[in-house]
Amino acid sequence: MTDKTALNATHRELGARMVDFGGWDMPIAYGSQIEEHHAVRKDAGMFDVSHMTVVDLTGDRTRDFLRRLVANNVDKLAKSGKALYTCMLDENGGVIDDLIVYFLREDFFRLVVNAATRAKDLAWIEKQAASFGVTVRERPEFGMIAVQGPNARAKMIGLLPEEAREKATKLGKFAAIEIEGPNGMPLFLARTGYTGEDGFEVVVPDTRVVELWNLLREAGVAPAGLGARDTLRLEAGMNLYGQDMDETVTPWEASLAWTISLDEGRDFIGRAALEKQKAAGVPRVMVGLVMDDKGVLRHGQKVLTSAGEGEILSGGFAPTLGKSVAFARVPASELGQVRVDIRGREVPVRVVKFPFVRDGQPMPGIVD
Amino acid sequence: MSEIPGDLKFQKSHEWVRVEQDGTVTVGISDHAQVALGDLVYVELPEVGSEVTAGAGVAVVESVKAASDIYAPVSGKVIAVNDSLSDKPETINEDAYGDGWIFKLEISDKAELDTLLSPDEYAHLSENEDH
Repeated sequence: MTDKTALNATHRELGARMVDFGGWDMPIAYGSQIEEHHAVRKDAGMFDVSHMTVVDLTGDRTRDFLRRLVANNVDKLAKSGKALYTCMLDENGGVIDDLIVYFLREDFFRLVVNAATRAKDLAWIEKQAASFGVTVRERPEFGMIAVQGPNARAKMIGLLPEEAREKATKLGKFAAIEIEGPNGMPLFLARTGYTGEDGFEVVVPDTRVVELWNLLREAGVAPAGLGARDTLRLEAGMNLYGQDMDETVTPWEASLAWTISLDEGRDFIGRAALEKQKAAGVPRVMVGLVMDDKGVLRHGQKVLTSAGEGEILSGGFAPTLGKSVAFARVPASELGQVRVDIRGREVPVRVVKFPFVRDGQPMPGIVD
Repeated sequence: MSEIPGDLKFQKSHEWVRVEQDGTVTVGISDHAQVALGDLVYVELPEVGSEVTAGAGVAVVESVKAASDIYAPVSGKVIAVNDSLSDKPETINEDAYGDGWIFKLEISDKAELDTLLSPDEYAHLSENEDH
């Protein structure tokens, strides 16, 4: 039995092609996936991300608990509403999940974790929380809509009551506020996303999510499916859990070093293993690939380098670039001329820095 | 979804075949298949002059979602390929039964055509696949 979000019937009425995504019946595209991708890059699109799991942590020692639970340091969160992207690691330094932590009050933090990892995440968090006296509460009664694109904020803010608009306009990047939405609906408005564009992720009670979706549509925000979400985040150089990292991979090996905070004296879970691996030398790294030849790089394809074999993690066609890009995990060494085995054919690729696209434009050196 | 032209024959794996006046056949993929695949971004064409066997993979279409093999509906020799698909693979999304044709064959055994499905049989099969 697959789970359904409150928007399931709405997606079907819009003619969406539905797929199973981590146990959820979700829209992959409503029409052309490429047009949905461009709508987000050039104007505004919206995604039903109600399958994502909202977890509220409460208790006097919540910050202390998070110092232990996650690899990034929640002490960076000084102002109420600020958000932090981080990995949650096991004792071996393997990635259990990646998530966003929102600081609301000293005794109240909110996590948003992946849908496919929900059960194991909750079990792990509850196990660790016990000794800190922190209460872990899943909030399945919330839906979530991601409104993304250069015009997304303006279109969302236009729907808010007059008195809420200024607050929403002033909201900084990677921060959230609780605010009154259209027709009195309570919103948790976060200036975050997974597309490389500006915009909001809006948490709203399940009972009001269809109403908000329809208002956004009337405001000219284009429905976009998980297919476009995947190509947008790949272009933006953002990892996908399960494809780019999991428990068998450390953040060093997944281009997530920037999320690890090895601050003095903080004993987070997995720290010892990370330090040990760093001292010994990290054996594999994640790199960006661009293919100038025709064809599509796909997950699981073999990567050939002078230092040995690697594999494609996330790969696909990048509509903004008109060519295929990928993340690959390869030996941490001089790679020489890198090729990818596509159905027995060795196709040359270029190793590049990512993101591939930022603010709607290809990064220098990506297209040629 | 567009109407299926009545002069086509189909194979279960969603290729269509049109027998031309001169006895050669044109092959493409069905409208149902292009909708299921989504936006096409790459087509790997067979080589002109190559011999193909009914049921063998001869071309590949790749959409934003996945790569999919195209199987030869009948045996024969490839006499033409639709080169315009190299630059405009989306032609298949726009006109699967017309400008989106993929290759042409000189067939070696006409009897193989009889094993293919009629438009009605194919429509019935692809509708049931959706449920």
